[in-house]
Amino acid sequence: MELYTLTAHELTDFLNNGKVTAADIQESLRKRIASVDPKVKAYPRRSVPLKSRESVSAGNSGILEGIPVSVKDNICTLGHNTECCSRILAGFKPPYDATVIRKIKEAGGVILEEKSNMDEFAFGSSTENSCFGPTHNPWGLDTVAGGSSGGSAAAVAADEAIVALGSDTGGSIRQPAAFCGVVGLKPTYGRVSRYGLIAFASSLDQIGPLAKDVRDAALLLKVISGHDPYDSTSVDTQVPDYVKSLGKDIKGMRVAIPKEYFVEGLDPEIKKVVQEALEKIKSLGARTEMVSLPHTAYAVPVYYIIATAEASSNLARFDGVQYGLRVKAEEGVSQAMIEMYKKTRGRGFGEEAKRRILLGTFALSHGYYDAYYLKALKVRTLIKEDFDAVFKDFDCIITPTSPTAAFKIGEKIEDPLKMYLSDIYTISANLAGVPAISLPCGFTKEGLPVGLQILARPFAEEQLLGLAYAYEQSTSWHLEKPKL
Amino acid sequence: MAIDKNVVGYVAHLARIELETKELEKLSEQLKDILKFIDNLNRIDTAKINPTSHILPVSNVLREDKERESLPAGKAQENAPQRKGDFFVVPKIID
Repeated sequence: MELYTLTAHELTDFLNNGKVTAADIQESLRKRIASVDPKVKAYPRRSVPLKSRESVSAGNSGILEGIPVSVKDNICTLGHNTECCSRILAGFKPPYDATVIRKIKEAGGVILEEKSNMDEFAFGSSTENSCFGPTHNPWGLDTVAGGSSGGSAAAVAADEAIVALGSDTGGSIRQPAAFCGVVGLKPTYGRVSRYGLIAFASSLDQIGPLAKDVRDAALLLKVISGHDPYDSTSVDTQVPDYVKSLGKDIKGMRVAIPKEYFVEGLDPEIKKVVQEALEKIKSLGARTEMVSLPHTAYAVPVYYIIATAEASSNLARFDGVQYGLRVKAEEGVSQAMIEMYKKTRGRGFGEEAKRRILLGTFALSHGYYDAYYLKALKVRTLIKEDFDAVFKDFDCIITPTSPTAAFKIGEKIEDPLKMYLSDIYTISANLAGVPAISLPCGFTKEGLPVGLQILARPFAEEQLLGLAYAYEQSTSWHLEKPKL
Repeated sequence: MAIDKNVVGYVAHLARIELETKELEKLSEQLKDILKFIDNLNRIDTAKINPTSHILPVSNVLREDKERESLPAGKAQENAPQRKGDFFVVPKIID
Protein backbone atom coordinates (compact mmCIF):
# COMPACT_ATOMS: atom_id res chain seq x y z
CA MET A 1 0.00 0.00 0.00
CA GLU A 2 1.28 3.41 -0.97
CA LEU A 3 0.78 6.33 1.41
CA TYR A 4 -0.24 8.69 -1.38
CA THR A 5 -3.39 6.61 -2.01
CA LEU A 6 -4.74 7.31 1.47
CA THR A 7 -7.07 9.98 2.81
CA ALA A 8 -6.13 12.58 5.42
CA HIS A 9 -8.10 10.80 8.13
CA GLU A 10 -6.43 7.46 7.33
CA LEU A 11 -2.99 9.07 7.35
CA THR A 12 -3.77 10.77 10.66
CA ASP A 13 -4.47 7.34 12.18
CA PHE A 14 -1.11 6.07 10.88
CA LEU A 15 0.70 9.14 12.18
CA ASN A 16 -0.92 8.81 15.58
CA ASN A 17 0.05 5.13 15.79
CA GLY A 18 3.62 6.08 14.96
CA LYS A 19 3.56 3.83 11.88
CA VAL A 20 4.64 6.62 9.55
CA THR A 21 6.09 10.12 9.79
CA ALA A 22 5.07 13.32 8.05
CA ALA A 23 8.29 13.07 6.04
CA ASP A 24 7.29 9.59 4.79
CA ILE A 25 4.00 11.01 3.51
CA GLN A 26 5.69 13.89 1.74
CA GLU A 27 8.24 11.61 0.13
CA SER A 28 5.51 9.24 -1.07
CA LEU A 29 3.52 12.13 -2.54
CA ARG A 30 6.60 13.65 -4.16
CA LYS A 31 7.36 10.37 -5.93
CA ARG A 32 3.79 10.00 -7.08
CA ILE A 33 3.76 13.52 -8.53
CA ALA A 34 7.08 12.95 -10.30
CA SER A 35 5.69 9.74 -11.77
CA VAL A 36 2.23 10.78 -13.02
CA ASP A 37 2.17 14.55 -13.29
CA PRO A 38 3.93 14.62 -16.66
CA LYS A 39 0.67 13.05 -17.93
CA VAL A 40 -1.89 14.83 -15.74
CA LYS A 41 -0.28 18.29 -15.44
CA ALA A 42 -2.07 19.22 -12.25
CA TYR A 43 0.96 21.22 -11.09
CA PRO A 44 1.75 23.32 -14.12
CA ARG A 45 5.14 24.80 -13.23
CA ARG A 46 6.67 21.33 -13.15
CA SER A 47 9.45 22.49 -10.91
CA VAL A 48 9.65 19.06 -9.32
CA PRO A 49 11.17 18.18 -6.85
CA LEU A 50 8.19 19.40 -5.02
CA LYS A 51 8.95 21.00 -1.73
CA SER A 52 6.59 21.16 1.18
CA ARG A 53 6.76 23.62 3.96
CA GLU A 54 7.45 22.53 7.51
CA SER A 55 4.31 22.58 9.60
CA VAL A 56 4.29 25.36 12.16
CA SER A 57 1.88 24.17 14.83
CA ALA A 58 3.08 23.83 18.36
CA GLY A 59 3.08 20.24 19.57
CA ASN A 60 1.15 17.53 17.81
CA SER A 61 -2.33 18.71 18.56
CA GLY A 62 -3.32 20.03 15.13
CA ILE A 63 -6.07 18.06 13.41
CA LEU A 64 -4.20 18.26 10.10
CA GLU A 65 -0.80 17.51 11.64
CA GLY A 66 1.59 16.33 8.94
CA ILE A 67 -1.05 16.26 6.19
CA PRO A 68 0.01 17.82 2.86
CA VAL A 69 -2.51 20.26 1.40
CA SER A 70 -2.44 21.31 -2.26
CA VAL A 71 -3.53 24.84 -3.07
CA LYS A 72 -5.06 26.46 -6.15
CA ASP A 73 -2.92 29.11 -7.81
CA ASN A 74 -5.27 31.97 -6.81
CA ILE A 75 -4.87 31.56 -3.04
CA CYS A 76 -1.97 33.56 -1.58
CA THR A 77 0.85 31.62 0.04
CA LEU A 78 3.59 33.70 1.62
CA GLY A 79 6.68 33.92 -0.57
CA HIS A 80 5.58 31.36 -3.17
CA ASN A 81 4.41 31.97 -6.70
CA THR A 82 0.68 32.72 -6.82
CA GLU A 83 -0.08 33.75 -10.36
CA CYS A 84 -3.69 32.73 -11.11
CA CYS A 85 -2.10 30.92 -14.05
CA SER A 86 -1.91 34.28 -15.83
CA ARG A 87 0.96 35.98 -17.62
CA ILE A 88 -0.05 39.27 -16.03
CA LEU A 89 0.82 37.97 -12.56
CA ALA A 90 4.06 36.28 -13.61
CA GLY A 91 6.45 36.04 -10.71
CA PHE A 92 4.03 37.30 -8.06
CA LYS A 93 5.08 36.15 -4.61
CA PRO A 94 2.53 37.22 -1.99
CA PRO A 95 3.90 39.04 1.06
CA TYR A 96 1.29 37.31 3.26
CA ASP A 97 -0.68 34.08 3.70
CA ALA A 98 -4.40 33.89 2.94
CA THR A 99 -6.46 33.31 6.10
CA VAL A 100 -7.29 29.74 5.01
CA ILE A 101 -3.56 29.02 4.63
CA ARG A 102 -2.83 30.42 8.09
CA LYS A 103 -5.58 28.25 9.55
CA ILE A 104 -4.29 25.12 7.82
CA LYS A 105 -0.78 25.79 9.11
CA GLU A 106 -2.10 26.35 12.61
CA ALA A 107 -3.85 22.97 12.37
CA GLY A 108 -0.50 21.38 11.49
CA GLY A 109 -1.13 21.02 7.77
CA VAL A 110 1.76 21.16 5.33
CA ILE A 111 1.20 23.54 2.42
CA LEU A 112 2.63 22.41 -0.91
CA GLU A 113 4.70 25.19 -2.44
CA GLU A 114 3.83 24.09 -5.95
CA LYS A 115 0.36 25.46 -6.70
CA SER A 116 -2.29 23.63 -8.70
CA ASN A 117 -3.42 24.53 -12.20
CA MET A 118 -6.53 26.58 -12.98
CA ASP A 119 -8.23 28.59 -15.70
CA GLU A 120 -6.67 32.03 -15.75
CA PHE A 121 -8.22 34.03 -12.87
CA ALA A 122 -10.72 31.14 -12.50
CA PHE A 123 -12.34 32.12 -15.82
CA GLY A 124 -13.40 28.81 -17.31
CA SER A 125 -14.86 25.35 -16.94
CA SER A 126 -12.04 23.22 -18.30
CA THR A 127 -8.64 24.54 -17.08
CA GLU A 128 -7.78 25.07 -20.73
CA ASN A 129 -7.50 28.81 -20.10
CA SER A 130 -4.35 28.41 -18.00
CA CYS A 131 -1.32 30.23 -19.38
CA PHE A 132 0.58 27.01 -18.62
CA GLY A 133 -1.72 24.81 -20.73
CA PRO A 134 -4.49 22.40 -19.72
CA THR A 135 -4.65 19.79 -16.99
CA HIS A 136 -5.61 16.31 -18.22
CA ASN A 137 -8.39 14.31 -16.61
CA PRO A 138 -6.85 11.25 -14.90
CA TRP A 139 -9.88 9.17 -16.02
CA GLY A 140 -9.34 9.98 -19.69
CA LEU A 141 -6.21 11.91 -20.55
CA ASP A 142 -7.72 13.41 -23.72
CA THR A 143 -10.60 14.90 -21.71
CA VAL A 144 -10.64 18.03 -19.58
CA ALA A 145 -10.36 17.98 -15.80
CA GLY A 146 -13.13 20.57 -15.54
CA GLY A 147 -12.57 24.00 -14.17
CA SER A 148 -11.62 26.27 -12.95
CA SER A 149 -10.09 24.26 -10.06
CA GLY A 150 -9.08 21.51 -12.51
CA GLY A 151 -5.56 21.16 -11.13
CA SER A 152 -6.76 20.60 -7.57
CA ALA A 153 -9.45 18.11 -8.65
CA ALA A 154 -7.15 16.14 -10.96
CA ALA A 155 -4.41 16.09 -8.31
CA VAL A 156 -6.79 14.55 -5.75
CA ALA A 157 -8.15 12.05 -8.31
CA ALA A 158 -4.67 10.98 -9.43
CA ASP A 159 -3.41 10.64 -5.84
CA GLU A 160 -1.08 13.58 -6.43
CA ALA A 161 -2.69 15.33 -3.48
CA ILE A 162 -4.15 14.13 -0.20
CA VAL A 163 -6.59 17.02 0.02
CA ALA A 164 -6.72 20.31 -1.86
CA LEU A 165 -8.20 23.79 -1.80
CA GLY A 166 -10.13 25.24 -4.71
CA SER A 167 -12.35 28.25 -5.21
CA ASP A 168 -15.90 28.27 -6.53
CA THR A 169 -17.57 31.27 -8.17
CA GLY A 170 -20.02 29.43 -10.45
CA GLY A 171 -19.12 25.78 -9.94
CA SER A 172 -15.33 25.86 -10.08
CA ILE A 173 -14.93 23.35 -7.25
CA ARG A 174 -17.96 21.13 -7.90
CA GLN A 175 -17.78 20.72 -11.67
CA PRO A 176 -14.10 19.61 -11.75
CA ALA A 177 -14.82 17.40 -8.72
CA ALA A 178 -17.59 15.74 -10.73
CA PHE A 179 -15.43 15.38 -13.85
CA CYS A 180 -12.54 13.87 -11.86
CA GLY A 181 -14.60 11.64 -9.55
CA VAL A 182 -13.75 13.33 -6.24
CA VAL A 183 -15.63 15.23 -3.53
CA GLY A 184 -15.81 19.02 -3.81
CA LEU A 185 -17.64 21.43 -1.54
CA LYS A 186 -18.61 25.07 -1.98
CA PRO A 187 -19.44 26.47 1.44
CA THR A 188 -22.18 29.01 2.18
CA TYR A 189 -21.15 32.50 1.08
CA GLY A 190 -19.53 34.01 4.18
CA ARG A 191 -18.62 30.68 5.81
CA VAL A 192 -14.94 30.85 4.78
CA SER A 193 -12.77 33.97 4.70
CA ARG A 194 -11.85 35.24 1.24
CA TYR A 195 -8.86 37.18 2.57
CA GLY A 196 -5.94 36.26 0.35
CA LEU A 197 -8.11 34.76 -2.40
CA ILE A 198 -7.34 36.77 -5.52
CA ALA A 199 -10.80 38.12 -6.28
CA PHE A 200 -12.83 37.13 -9.34
CA ALA A 201 -16.43 38.01 -8.36
CA SER A 202 -16.56 39.16 -4.76
CA SER A 203 -20.27 38.50 -4.17
CA LEU A 204 -19.96 34.90 -5.39
CA ASP A 205 -16.44 33.59 -4.58
CA GLN A 206 -15.88 31.00 -1.86
CA ILE A 207 -12.87 28.83 -1.05
CA GLY A 208 -13.62 25.17 -0.37
CA PRO A 209 -12.15 21.66 -0.08
CA LEU A 210 -11.56 18.96 -2.70
CA ALA A 211 -11.04 15.52 -1.20
CA LYS A 212 -11.07 11.78 -1.74
CA ASP A 213 -14.07 11.29 0.51
CA VAL A 214 -16.74 13.21 2.41
CA ARG A 215 -14.97 12.83 5.76
CA ASP A 216 -11.86 14.60 4.47
CA ALA A 217 -13.99 17.37 2.96
CA ALA A 218 -15.67 17.85 6.35
CA LEU A 219 -12.27 17.88 8.06
CA LEU A 220 -10.79 20.53 5.81
CA LEU A 221 -13.98 22.61 5.92
CA LYS A 222 -13.83 22.59 9.70
CA VAL A 223 -10.27 23.91 9.60
CA ILE A 224 -10.86 26.76 7.14
CA SER A 225 -14.29 27.99 8.30
CA GLY A 226 -15.01 30.90 10.58
CA HIS A 227 -15.18 34.63 10.93
CA ASP A 228 -12.18 36.72 9.92
CA PRO A 229 -11.81 40.41 10.72
CA TYR A 230 -9.91 40.75 7.41
CA ASP A 231 -13.00 39.74 5.41
CA SER A 232 -16.03 41.80 6.39
CA THR A 233 -18.30 39.46 4.41
CA SER A 234 -17.29 36.46 6.51
CA VAL A 235 -20.03 35.69 8.99
CA ASP A 236 -19.60 35.57 12.74
CA THR A 237 -21.51 32.39 13.54
CA GLN A 238 -20.28 29.31 15.32
CA VAL A 239 -18.48 26.66 13.27
CA PRO A 240 -20.00 23.23 13.98
CA ASP A 241 -17.76 20.17 14.20
CA TYR A 242 -18.46 18.98 10.67
CA VAL A 243 -16.64 15.69 11.20
CA LYS A 244 -18.71 14.79 14.26
CA SER A 245 -21.91 15.46 12.35
CA LEU A 246 -21.19 12.60 9.94
CA GLY A 247 -22.91 9.26 10.40
CA LYS A 248 -26.27 10.60 11.55
CA ASP A 249 -29.33 8.78 10.35
CA ILE A 250 -30.92 10.39 7.31
CA LYS A 251 -34.30 8.68 7.76
CA GLY A 252 -37.10 11.12 7.10
CA MET A 253 -34.83 13.75 5.57
CA ARG A 254 -36.83 15.75 3.04
CA VAL A 255 -35.07 15.90 -0.34
CA ALA A 256 -36.27 18.06 -3.24
CA ILE A 257 -35.61 17.12 -6.87
CA PRO A 258 -35.96 20.18 -9.12
CA LYS A 259 -37.60 19.18 -12.39
CA GLU A 260 -35.78 21.93 -14.35
CA TYR A 261 -32.50 20.03 -13.88
CA PHE A 262 -33.76 16.93 -15.66
CA VAL A 263 -34.90 18.42 -18.96
CA GLU A 264 -33.36 18.66 -22.42
CA GLY A 265 -29.63 19.22 -22.35
CA LEU A 266 -29.00 16.59 -19.69
CA ASP A 267 -27.06 13.67 -21.12
CA PRO A 268 -29.33 10.56 -20.82
CA GLU A 269 -26.45 8.56 -19.39
CA ILE A 270 -25.92 11.10 -16.62
CA LYS A 271 -29.66 11.15 -15.99
CA LYS A 272 -29.74 7.39 -15.54
CA VAL A 273 -26.78 7.35 -13.14
CA VAL A 274 -28.24 10.19 -11.06
CA GLN A 275 -31.66 8.52 -10.93
CA GLU A 276 -30.03 5.36 -9.61
CA ALA A 277 -28.33 7.44 -6.94
CA LEU A 278 -31.69 8.95 -6.00
CA GLU A 279 -33.17 5.45 -5.63
CA LYS A 280 -30.29 4.58 -3.32
CA ILE A 281 -30.90 7.69 -1.23
CA LYS A 282 -34.60 6.80 -0.99
CA SER A 283 -33.70 3.31 0.16
CA LEU A 284 -31.69 4.90 2.98
CA GLY A 285 -34.89 6.46 4.30
CA ALA A 286 -34.90 9.95 2.76
CA ARG A 287 -38.18 11.22 1.32
CA THR A 288 -37.81 12.64 -2.17
CA GLU A 289 -40.25 14.83 -4.04
CA MET A 290 -40.23 16.70 -7.36
CA VAL A 291 -40.21 20.49 -7.01
CA SER A 292 -39.76 23.49 -9.28
CA LEU A 293 -37.03 26.13 -9.29
CA PRO A 294 -38.73 28.15 -12.01
CA HIS A 295 -35.93 30.63 -12.77
CA THR A 296 -33.24 27.98 -13.30
CA ALA A 297 -32.88 28.75 -17.01
CA TYR A 298 -31.92 32.35 -16.20
CA ALA A 299 -29.04 31.50 -13.88
CA VAL A 300 -26.40 31.39 -16.64
CA PRO A 301 -27.24 34.78 -18.21
CA VAL A 302 -27.55 36.41 -14.77
CA TYR A 303 -24.22 34.95 -13.77
CA TYR A 304 -22.36 36.09 -16.87
CA ILE A 305 -23.43 39.66 -16.22
CA ILE A 306 -22.84 39.79 -12.46
CA ALA A 307 -19.64 37.75 -12.42
CA THR A 308 -18.07 39.61 -15.35
CA ALA A 309 -19.12 43.02 -13.99
CA GLU A 310 -17.47 42.26 -10.66
CA ALA A 311 -14.45 40.75 -12.41
CA SER A 312 -13.95 43.79 -14.65
CA SER A 313 -13.75 45.91 -11.53
CA ASN A 314 -11.59 43.49 -9.51
CA LEU A 315 -9.11 43.02 -12.34
CA ALA A 316 -8.56 46.75 -12.79
CA ARG A 317 -5.71 46.40 -10.27
CA PHE A 318 -3.56 44.50 -12.78
CA ASP A 319 -2.08 47.50 -14.49
CA GLY A 320 1.67 46.99 -14.53
CA VAL A 321 2.27 49.18 -11.48
CA GLN A 322 1.97 47.13 -8.30
CA TYR A 323 2.86 43.61 -9.35
CA GLY A 324 3.45 41.23 -12.22
CA LEU A 325 4.02 42.10 -15.83
CA ARG A 326 4.73 45.57 -17.19
CA VAL A 327 4.91 46.24 -20.93
CA LYS A 328 6.42 49.65 -21.60
CA ALA A 329 4.84 52.20 -23.90
CA GLU A 330 6.88 53.22 -26.95
CA GLU A 331 9.36 56.05 -26.47
CA GLY A 332 7.93 59.53 -26.84
CA VAL A 333 4.30 58.45 -27.14
CA SER A 334 1.73 60.82 -25.64
CA GLN A 335 -0.28 59.51 -22.69
CA ALA A 336 2.53 57.07 -21.90
CA MET A 337 0.82 55.91 -18.70
CA ILE A 338 -2.41 54.88 -20.42
CA GLU A 339 -0.43 53.26 -23.23
CA MET A 340 1.52 51.28 -20.65
CA TYR A 341 -1.75 50.09 -19.04
CA LYS A 342 -3.16 49.05 -22.40
CA LYS A 343 -0.09 47.21 -23.58
CA THR A 344 0.39 45.47 -20.24
CA ARG A 345 -3.22 44.32 -20.09
CA GLY A 346 -3.41 43.49 -23.79
CA ARG A 347 -0.32 41.31 -23.55
CA GLY A 348 -0.85 40.00 -20.01
CA PHE A 349 -4.45 38.75 -20.13
CA GLY A 350 -5.49 35.66 -22.06
CA GLU A 351 -8.45 35.51 -24.41
CA GLU A 352 -11.14 34.48 -21.93
CA ALA A 353 -9.99 37.10 -19.41
CA LYS A 354 -10.29 39.78 -22.09
CA ARG A 355 -13.73 38.51 -23.12
CA ARG A 356 -15.00 38.67 -19.55
CA ILE A 357 -13.46 42.04 -18.72
CA LEU A 358 -15.00 43.49 -21.88
CA LEU A 359 -18.42 41.96 -21.18
CA GLY A 360 -18.35 43.21 -17.59
CA THR A 361 -17.13 46.68 -18.55
CA PHE A 362 -19.90 46.85 -21.15
CA ALA A 363 -22.59 45.77 -18.65
CA LEU A 364 -21.48 48.49 -16.23
CA SER A 365 -21.00 51.22 -18.80
CA HIS A 366 -23.15 54.29 -19.19
CA GLY A 367 -26.35 53.53 -21.07
CA TYR A 368 -26.24 49.78 -20.50
CA TYR A 369 -26.11 49.56 -16.69
CA ASP A 370 -29.88 49.38 -16.17
CA ALA A 371 -30.53 47.06 -19.10
CA TYR A 372 -27.89 44.53 -18.10
CA TYR A 373 -26.35 44.87 -14.65
CA LEU A 374 -29.42 46.06 -12.74
CA LYS A 375 -31.63 43.61 -14.63
CA ALA A 376 -29.33 40.74 -13.64
CA LEU A 377 -29.36 41.81 -9.98
CA LYS A 378 -33.15 41.73 -10.03
CA VAL A 379 -33.34 38.28 -11.58
CA ARG A 380 -30.80 37.17 -8.98
CA THR A 381 -33.43 38.07 -6.37
CA LEU A 382 -35.94 35.78 -8.10
CA ILE A 383 -33.43 32.91 -8.20
CA LYS A 384 -32.72 33.32 -4.49
CA GLU A 385 -36.46 33.38 -3.74
CA ASP A 386 -36.89 30.09 -5.64
CA PHE A 387 -34.43 28.49 -3.21
CA ASP A 388 -35.98 30.14 -0.14
CA ALA A 389 -39.36 28.71 -1.13
CA VAL A 390 -38.08 25.15 -1.59
CA PHE A 391 -36.04 25.24 1.63
CA LYS A 392 -39.20 26.09 3.61
CA ASP A 393 -40.34 22.51 3.09
CA PHE A 394 -37.15 20.59 2.33
CA ASP A 395 -33.77 19.95 3.95
CA CYS A 396 -31.75 19.37 0.80
CA ILE A 397 -31.95 19.62 -2.97
CA ILE A 398 -30.35 17.00 -5.21
CA THR A 399 -29.34 17.51 -8.86
CA PRO A 400 -26.70 16.30 -11.29
CA THR A 401 -23.53 18.42 -10.89
CA SER A 402 -23.03 18.80 -14.63
CA PRO A 403 -25.20 17.99 -17.68
CA THR A 404 -22.39 15.90 -19.21
CA ALA A 405 -19.31 14.00 -18.14
CA ALA A 406 -15.87 15.45 -18.95
CA PHE A 407 -15.66 16.64 -22.54
CA LYS A 408 -12.68 16.39 -24.88
CA ILE A 409 -9.83 18.88 -24.63
CA GLY A 410 -10.40 21.47 -27.37
CA GLU A 411 -14.08 20.56 -27.85
CA LYS A 412 -15.60 23.78 -26.48
CA ILE A 413 -12.70 26.20 -26.30
CA GLU A 414 -13.65 28.06 -29.49
CA ASP A 415 -17.31 28.41 -28.46
CA PRO A 416 -17.48 30.42 -25.22
CA LEU A 417 -21.26 30.26 -24.96
CA LYS A 418 -21.23 26.46 -25.13
CA MET A 419 -18.55 26.45 -22.44
CA TYR A 420 -20.61 28.78 -20.23
CA LEU A 421 -23.61 26.44 -20.47
CA SER A 422 -21.61 23.60 -18.94
CA ASP A 423 -22.01 25.44 -15.60
CA ILE A 424 -25.80 25.42 -15.82
CA TYR A 425 -26.39 23.25 -12.72
CA THR A 426 -23.78 24.78 -10.44
CA ILE A 427 -24.20 28.54 -10.89
CA SER A 428 -27.46 28.94 -8.95
CA ALA A 429 -25.85 27.94 -5.65
CA ASN A 430 -23.44 30.86 -5.94
CA LEU A 431 -26.16 33.32 -6.92
CA ALA A 432 -28.29 32.19 -3.95
CA GLY A 433 -25.27 31.90 -1.62
CA VAL A 434 -26.21 28.38 -0.51
CA PRO A 435 -23.74 25.55 0.21
CA ALA A 436 -23.38 22.70 -2.27
CA ILE A 437 -21.31 19.55 -2.59
CA SER A 438 -20.50 17.26 -5.50
CA LEU A 439 -19.65 13.63 -4.86
CA PRO A 440 -19.06 10.62 -7.11
CA CYS A 441 -22.19 8.62 -7.98
CA GLY A 442 -21.11 6.39 -10.87
CA PHE A 443 -19.52 6.28 -14.30
CA THR A 444 -20.50 6.62 -17.93
CA LYS A 445 -20.04 3.72 -20.34
CA GLU A 446 -16.75 5.30 -21.38
CA GLY A 447 -15.57 5.12 -17.78
CA LEU A 448 -15.82 8.82 -16.95
CA PRO A 449 -17.04 9.83 -13.48
CA VAL A 450 -20.48 11.32 -12.81
CA GLY A 451 -21.13 13.76 -9.95
CA LEU A 452 -24.15 14.11 -7.70
CA GLN A 453 -24.83 17.59 -6.35
CA ILE A 454 -26.49 18.23 -2.99
CA LEU A 455 -27.51 21.72 -1.89
CA ALA A 456 -28.74 22.90 1.49
CA ARG A 457 -29.88 26.05 3.31
CA PRO A 458 -27.32 28.73 4.11
CA PHE A 459 -25.00 27.50 6.90
CA ALA A 460 -26.54 24.01 6.83
CA GLU A 461 -23.32 22.32 5.71
CA GLU A 462 -23.88 19.69 8.42
CA GLN A 463 -27.03 18.43 6.72
CA LEU A 464 -25.40 18.46 3.35
CA LEU A 465 -22.40 16.50 4.60
CA GLY A 466 -24.63 14.13 6.55
CA LEU A 467 -26.62 13.16 3.48
CA ALA A 468 -23.51 12.98 1.29
CA TYR A 469 -21.75 10.76 3.81
CA ALA A 470 -24.71 8.40 4.19
CA TYR A 471 -24.87 7.97 0.41
CA GLU A 472 -21.11 7.62 0.02
CA GLN A 473 -20.86 4.97 2.74
CA SER A 474 -23.57 2.90 1.08
CA THR A 475 -21.69 2.89 -2.25
CA SER A 476 -18.10 2.34 -3.34
CA TRP A 477 -17.74 4.95 -6.10
CA HIS A 478 -15.31 7.02 -4.04
CA LEU A 479 -12.94 4.05 -3.77
CA GLU A 480 -12.45 3.71 -7.54
CA LYS A 481 -9.08 4.90 -8.84
CA PRO A 482 -8.08 5.86 -12.38
CA LYS A 483 -5.41 3.75 -14.07
CA LEU A 484 -2.40 5.92 -14.78
CA MET B 1 -29.12 45.67 -27.87
CA ALA B 2 -26.59 45.77 -30.67
CA ILE B 3 -22.90 45.49 -30.01
CA ASP B 4 -20.43 45.94 -32.83
CA LYS B 5 -16.75 46.49 -33.42
CA ASN B 6 -16.99 50.17 -32.58
CA VAL B 7 -18.66 49.53 -29.24
CA VAL B 8 -16.20 46.76 -28.36
CA GLY B 9 -13.30 48.99 -29.36
CA TYR B 10 -14.62 51.74 -27.10
CA VAL B 11 -15.20 49.33 -24.20
CA ALA B 12 -11.65 47.98 -24.66
CA HIS B 13 -10.40 51.55 -24.36
CA LEU B 14 -12.42 52.01 -21.15
CA ALA B 15 -11.01 48.73 -19.81
CA ARG B 16 -7.48 49.77 -20.88
CA ILE B 17 -6.88 46.70 -23.02
CA GLU B 18 -5.04 46.91 -26.32
CA LEU B 19 -6.57 44.57 -28.91
CA GLU B 20 -5.18 43.56 -32.26
CA THR B 21 -7.54 43.98 -35.20
CA LYS B 22 -8.17 40.25 -35.54
CA GLU B 23 -8.78 39.92 -31.84
CA LEU B 24 -11.26 42.79 -31.93
CA GLU B 25 -13.19 41.16 -34.76
CA LYS B 26 -13.34 37.77 -33.10
CA LEU B 27 -14.31 39.16 -29.70
CA SER B 28 -17.01 41.36 -31.25
CA GLU B 29 -18.68 38.36 -32.89
CA GLN B 30 -18.49 36.30 -29.71
CA LEU B 31 -19.78 39.09 -27.50
CA LYS B 32 -22.67 39.63 -29.90
CA ASP B 33 -23.71 35.96 -29.46
CA ILE B 34 -23.27 36.08 -25.70
CA LEU B 35 -25.36 39.24 -25.37
CA LYS B 36 -28.07 37.76 -27.56
CA PHE B 37 -28.25 34.87 -25.12
CA ILE B 38 -28.25 37.24 -22.14
CA ASP B 39 -31.16 39.16 -23.69
CA ASN B 40 -33.32 36.18 -22.66
CA LEU B 41 -33.55 37.97 -19.32
CA ASN B 42 -35.91 40.46 -20.94
CA ARG B 43 -38.61 37.78 -20.91
CA ILE B 44 -38.97 38.38 -17.18
CA ASP B 45 -40.87 41.36 -15.86
CA THR B 46 -38.69 42.76 -13.08
CA ALA B 47 -40.44 46.12 -12.65
CA LYS B 48 -41.41 45.35 -9.06
CA ILE B 49 -38.37 43.30 -8.05
CA ASN B 50 -35.61 44.64 -5.80
CA PRO B 51 -32.04 44.01 -6.91
CA THR B 52 -29.75 41.69 -4.90
CA SER B 53 -26.15 42.86 -4.98
CA HIS B 54 -25.13 40.94 -1.89
CA ILE B 55 -26.67 37.74 -0.63
CA LEU B 56 -26.19 38.16 3.13
CA PRO B 57 -28.24 40.50 5.29
CA VAL B 58 -25.02 42.22 6.41
CA SER B 59 -24.37 45.92 6.11
CA ASN B 60 -21.99 48.47 7.59
CA VAL B 61 -19.49 46.17 9.25
CA LEU B 62 -17.68 48.42 11.72
CA ARG B 63 -14.71 47.94 13.97
CA GLU B 64 -12.99 50.04 16.57
CA ASP B 65 -10.79 52.70 15.05
CA LYS B 66 -7.61 51.42 16.66
CA GLU B 67 -4.12 51.44 15.28
CA ARG B 68 -2.76 47.98 14.56
CA GLU B 69 0.12 46.38 12.78
CA SER B 70 0.00 46.15 9.01
CA LEU B 71 2.28 45.19 6.17
CA PRO B 72 5.25 47.60 5.96
CA ALA B 73 5.20 49.66 2.74
CA GLY B 74 8.47 48.20 1.47
CA LYS B 75 7.19 44.67 1.93
CA ALA B 76 3.93 45.48 0.15
CA GLN B 77 5.89 46.88 -2.79
CA GLU B 78 8.28 43.97 -3.24
CA ASN B 79 6.42 42.73 -6.31
CA ALA B 80 6.42 46.04 -8.18
CA PRO B 81 7.99 45.88 -11.65
CA GLN B 82 9.71 49.22 -10.95
CA ARG B 83 10.15 51.07 -7.68
CA LYS B 84 12.31 53.68 -6.05
CA GLY B 85 12.45 53.75 -2.26
CA ASP B 86 8.89 53.52 -1.03
CA PHE B 87 7.42 54.63 -4.35
CA PHE B 88 6.10 52.91 -7.46
CA VAL B 89 7.75 54.25 -10.60
CA VAL B 90 5.34 54.95 -13.49
CA PRO B 91 5.68 56.68 -16.86
CA LYS B 92 5.62 60.47 -16.79
CA ILE B 93 2.03 61.75 -16.55
CA ILE B 94 2.52 65.54 -16.74
CA ASP B 95 4.81 67.11 -19.34
